[in-house]
Amino acid sequence: MAEVEIHAVSKAFGKTQALSDLSLTVGNGEFVALLGPTGAGKTTALRLIAGLEQPDEGSIRIDGRDVTGDAPADRDVAFVFQQYSLYPHLTVFDNMAFALRAPTRRVPEADIRAKVQEIARLLQIETKLNNKATQLSGGQMQRVAIGRALVRSPSIYLMDEPLSSLDAKLRGELRLELKRIQVELGATILYVTHDQTEAMTMASRIGVIEGGRLMQIGTPREIYENPINAHVAARLGQPVINLLPAALFAGAPTGAETIGARTEHLTIARGSGDVSATVKRVEHLGDQSHLHLDLAGRPVVTLADPEGGFGAGDVVSLRLNKPLFFDAKGWRVAA
Amino acid sequence: MAQIRVEALDKSFGSFHAVKSASFTVEDGQFLCLLGPSGCGKTTTLRMIAGLELPTAGTIRLDGEDVTMNRASARDIAFVFQLFALYPHMNVRRNIGFPLKCEGISAAERDRRVVEAARILRISHLLDRSVSGLAGGDRQRVALGRAIVRKPKCFLMDEPLGALDTEMREAMIHELRALHDRLGATTVYVTHDQLEAMAMADRIAVMNNGVVEQVASPRDIYDRPASLFVADFIGSPPMNFLPFRGGLQTGAEAIRLGERDVAIPVAREAMAESELVLGVRPEHVRFTDRGMVRGEVYGTEYLGTTQIVTVTTSYGALKARSPSSRSFRTGETVGLDFRPDTLSIFEKASGRAIRTALHEGAAHG
Repeated sequence: MAEVEIHAVSKAFGKTQALSDLSLTVGNGEFVALLGPTGAGKTTALRLIAGLEQPDEGSIRIDGRDVTGDAPADRDVAFVFQQYSLYPHLTVFDNMAFALRAPTRRVPEADIRAKVQEIARLLQIETKLNNKATQLSGGQMQRVAIGRALVRSPSIYLMDEPLSSLDAKLRGELRLELKRIQVELGATILYVTHDQTEAMTMASRIGVIEGGRLMQIGTPREIYENPINAHVAARLGQPVINLLPAALFAGAPTGAETIGARTEHLTIARGSGDVSATVKRVEHLGDQSHLHLDLAGRPVVTLADPEGGFGAGDVVSLRLNKPLFFDAKGWRVAA
Repeated sequence: MAQIRVEALDKSFGSFHAVKSASFTVEDGQFLCLLGPSGCGKTTTLRMIAGLELPTAGTIRLDGEDVTMNRASARDIAFVFQLFALYPHMNVRRNIGFPLKCEGISAAERDRRVVEAARILRISHLLDRSVSGLAGGDRQRVALGRAIVRKPKCFLMDEPLGALDTEMREAMIHELRALHDRLGATTVYVTHDQLEAMAMADRIAVMNNGVVEQVASPRDIYDRPASLFVADFIGSPPMNFLPFRGGLQTGAEAIRLGERDVAIPVAREAMAESELVLGVRPEHVRFTDRGMVRGEVYGTEYLGTTQIVTVTTSYGALKARSPSSRSFRTGETVGLDFRPDTLSIFEKASGRAIRTALHEGAAHG
């Protein structure tokens, strides 16, 4: 494992600027997630590190060595793609062992067997090792694809939305597993996702990326509690942060145009008050319930307290509790 | 539009019993999800409703009429597949209009209906484009267009969003539900994704090993699971299960868990002493020093407003959802108790939920 340093990297495809001046260091043994929507430049960043693309500007160093001009094979990185590509004619075991059997590696067969079995156990596919890759469900195939990377000990694992094709239950299980495996192996991982839950639960640091630019990087708690602008604030948190005109509440600081209020910033009590709202509905999503309020014609959505007992039509009062403030351009204003 | 009634449906492929006496009704205009893991029989059930498979036993009624042995083309239903097959040499307009052409509908009428379907799906601007250059979401909209243009009695959909990336899938979930609300067409939708089912369905039929385990509203499926399987399959993280041995009297208000009494919804049936399982959703676990279960914090998952705390106890690892404002140290000893009115109790051997006052709030129908 090693430190990976991306310095002032830019990349354009024709007229599309995919990445602009990206600088980012992934420390040895660190799990960094790049979080952003489709087209933000996340996957391009991974492909540049892997050597599948060449940057227009900037440099990439792995373990202190400049690899910007090196071929992918010389970089010692392992890539897990969103669309798993397994060898259909090989068994699960042979798929996982494939990279270790490369002639240049000369790994003894006994070591290969031990390593594949260890990783298969971690990923709960050890009973499938003799199956053909095509006899697996999608979730199992994706675990084999992850396993194929994990059997190696590269400088860095580059993972491009590896869990997105799995169902919710398996995704939840593998999130925990992947994090545990990463800690156990001391692995360095750069993980690309647009799923905030994956980023928050697994990453030691999250880089929020948008339009090819890194907007903010920090621990999940820093990004969530202390976003630099309204855009980053809206990227993390379920339900999405409520952005309300500052004039609706008293006490906003000078320059604040917008109040950002999450569930924990709002005290909701039965009956009317200085600021009152009406309960529109309680939405049950399975893992959580959302309380939908109408505040002077504006929707406000919070996480419903399971013991709250509010129902449609109830009038409630809203009080703010250290919310976030943003100026007219969306940048944070100190409270 | 139509009511679909499935009665004691069975299907075997050789020695493999794929569907075992499945019964449920989809009322006119309802959106029903068949939900379960891969291999549970949900797609086979859907294909039997469509007429693409013949059942080994049982009856399928469309609006009261027995269609069990009718050919697929005689059933007036539209099927949307996961792998949407569009004709690559035709543009969007001709792809959507194709089923009408096959039915011999006039060009003018065809065009009117294609334009209407495109408007509903918000792809009017794509009508003259080639389908080969379209993004995944738009291709799926064209496939849907080909289904809705026929104005069938009902729609059958087999994981129609399965091939899309997560972001597009989330957007399409809301679009599909809105489309359903506009068209009011009876829909049976197969998925393995609980989030899709919870977000879209009026009712969910949860299947496992060929058996329909429960048919109910998303709310009831979550709050009042009929079996251990349903309780475990739905919810993220899933329900906690605490095994214990005990008996129950009708009217009992507590169970004996280890050395302590745990309040439960009032029991409505008696159970002889046997192996039972107490089921607790993570959001119904509370931290209190006087808690009836004690354990050690194994780890936390930060989710912003809330966090998931995993606690190692003598009943196994329990997960609790707690506000993030409270901090936990790994290794810290904590006490847990449970919100009594939300607890489920299951018979371990059969997996069946034992009837309690919890089930009395259920919405029937």
